[in-house]
Amino acid sequence: MKNNKQAFSGLKKEASSASLSKKFFAVENIGIYIFLTMLIIFFSVMTNAFLTFSNFIVILRQVSIIGIAAFGQALVVISGGIDLSVGSIVALSGVIAASLTNFFGVPIPLAFLIGIMAGGVCGLANGVLATKVKIPPIIVTLGTLTIIRGLAFIIVGGHTVFGMPESYRVLGRGYVGFIPIPVLIMIVFFILFFIVLNNLNFGRHIYATGSNEEAALISGLNVVKIKTMVFVISGLMAGIGGAILSSRLDSGQAATAQGLELDVLTAVVLGGVSIAGGKGRLESVFVGVLIIGILANGMVLLNVQHFYQLVIKGAVLLLAVSLDVLKKK
Amino acid sequence: MGKEVILSLKNITKKFGALVALDDVSLDLYKNEVLALVGDNGAGKSTLIKIISGAIIQNRGEIYLKGRKVDFASPIEAKRAGIETVYQDLALVDSLNVANNLFLGREEKVSVLGGTLKFLRHRYMEKRSKEILDTLGITIPNIREQVKFLSGGQRQSIAVAKAAAFGKNIIILDEPTAALAVKEVGHILELVKKCKEEGISIIIITHNLEHAFMVADRFAVLRVGKKVGERLAEDTDIDEIVKLITGGTLVKNGKDGSERKIVNA
Repeated sequence: MKNNKQAFSGLKKEASSASLSKKFFAVENIGIYIFLTMLIIFFSVMTNAFLTFSNFIVILRQVSIIGIAAFGQALVVISGGIDLSVGSIVALSGVIAASLTNFFGVPIPLAFLIGIMAGGVCGLANGVLATKVKIPPIIVTLGTLTIIRGLAFIIVGGHTVFGMPESYRVLGRGYVGFIPIPVLIMIVFFILFFIVLNNLNFGRHIYATGSNEEAALISGLNVVKIKTMVFVISGLMAGIGGAILSSRLDSGQAATAQGLELDVLTAVVLGGVSIAGGKGRLESVFVGVLIIGILANGMVLLNVQHFYQLVIKGAVLLLAVSLDVLKKK
Repeated sequence: MGKEVILSLKNITKKFGALVALDDVSLDLYKNEVLALVGDNGAGKSTLIKIISGAIIQNRGEIYLKGRKVDFASPIEAKRAGIETVYQDLALVDSLNVANNLFLGREEKVSVLGGTLKFLRHRYMEKRSKEILDTLGITIPNIREQVKFLSGGQRQSIAVAKAAAFGKNIIILDEPTAALAVKEVGHILELVKKCKEEGISIIIITHNLEHAFMVADRFAVLRVGKKVGERLAEDTDIDEIVKLITGGTLVKNGKDGSERKIVNA
């Protein structure tokens, strides 16, 4: 039994060194917080227009659709999946809402709601294909990305739907006080999703599923349901994004939001959500969203040419993520 | 002594196609004992515990839990019946903390708005986790530590603690010492004894007979799908168990001066 005693004390020693390293890791993805601060300082020094309250609101409004979709995407990626179809869902939701309003006289709120629900249905299809047919999520959503985009074009016959009543624009262009409605919606969903991930059972189970599916299964979690649910949620969130975009553009266009999924994924990855699943925090995703918005805004203010903007945007993603990777070494 | 039988396997047979993995195996587990299930690779140990834990279903034979016949269609049903299995390296979720891992799948919640929202009781679960670990003599400095930062021994301790906390009747340990540093093995074996003191019956599978002899009250030996022997730990020794495992072909006792072959048990 003497050996055991030694084992005990040995364990204790090891444990304390483990908690030290934990302290080092405690502020996860601190890199992007530093990076965000640096960006803000840089643009504030370089241009006068940047550091103003009204510009801050503009940035938030510009990122609201990406942000809303990114919260849904974050759940999917944490669960170990990926959803490439969000850009197409944004377009589909928009054309459905615009078409219903224009051609069928459906009340506007209902039209938006149906568009959003369509996003949920797309998400359900993604989820079922991924969990029941067991096609890897990246391939499932690569397929539905094209299918959903095609459906959006079919619905409007390739045309742009416009001429909706004036109130159609409220969702995307309206304000509550000085806060744009899309920003308000984004903030509400941020709080909601934060609570879901940190304080609800469902959130813990998403992390567990993404981190160790087998352990989750053994612990009695309904992994299939969890994985399907996150796709449905991502679809709904993209649907909401589509409603806002369509309202903002005051039209239904099947060609909108192409490549949006890449911005959304960039934000999620910037936020330290591991593509391998099981890891990531929503507040960091929000910072990722802000970085994308601030960068785009700042480069416009500095009159950076579009082609250069693309290069810089990609480089920033790599730089911000490498800050975290380097820190961990 | 008339010990109470908690789990009784009667004539269990399992075939995978033409392969007979288990052939008419009957085995009793008594309340409050540690039973070591030993045998060579392919002897049927894993198949047997998978049947007990509901992961696979036998072709023939019955399982009785406390005298009542049970048919587990899934591991979850076995869990509900109070049978917990700690699989090698599968039990924990790296990115969750110690408390979350202990309570994974059985979280304590408070219902809000008539049950539409269920909030996790983080504080309560952390407090309970501490109590559970204390009872079993496990020292984890920070209950909010993600388990990926813990050592192999600590992780295994938590996996066992998770089983012990909720396995009201039986816990099954599959090679609990296999991946551990030497100094951590003692701690896990100590933990097995603690669990036994808590009134749980334990089935332990291990290739390491020395470890088995440190904790087991009884041995059941499987060879190519058949039970070839049962021994009380106090009535047997490593040599005899090895003989049973190998069919007596590999070892001869050196006492009578005959040839002695070294066997790595």
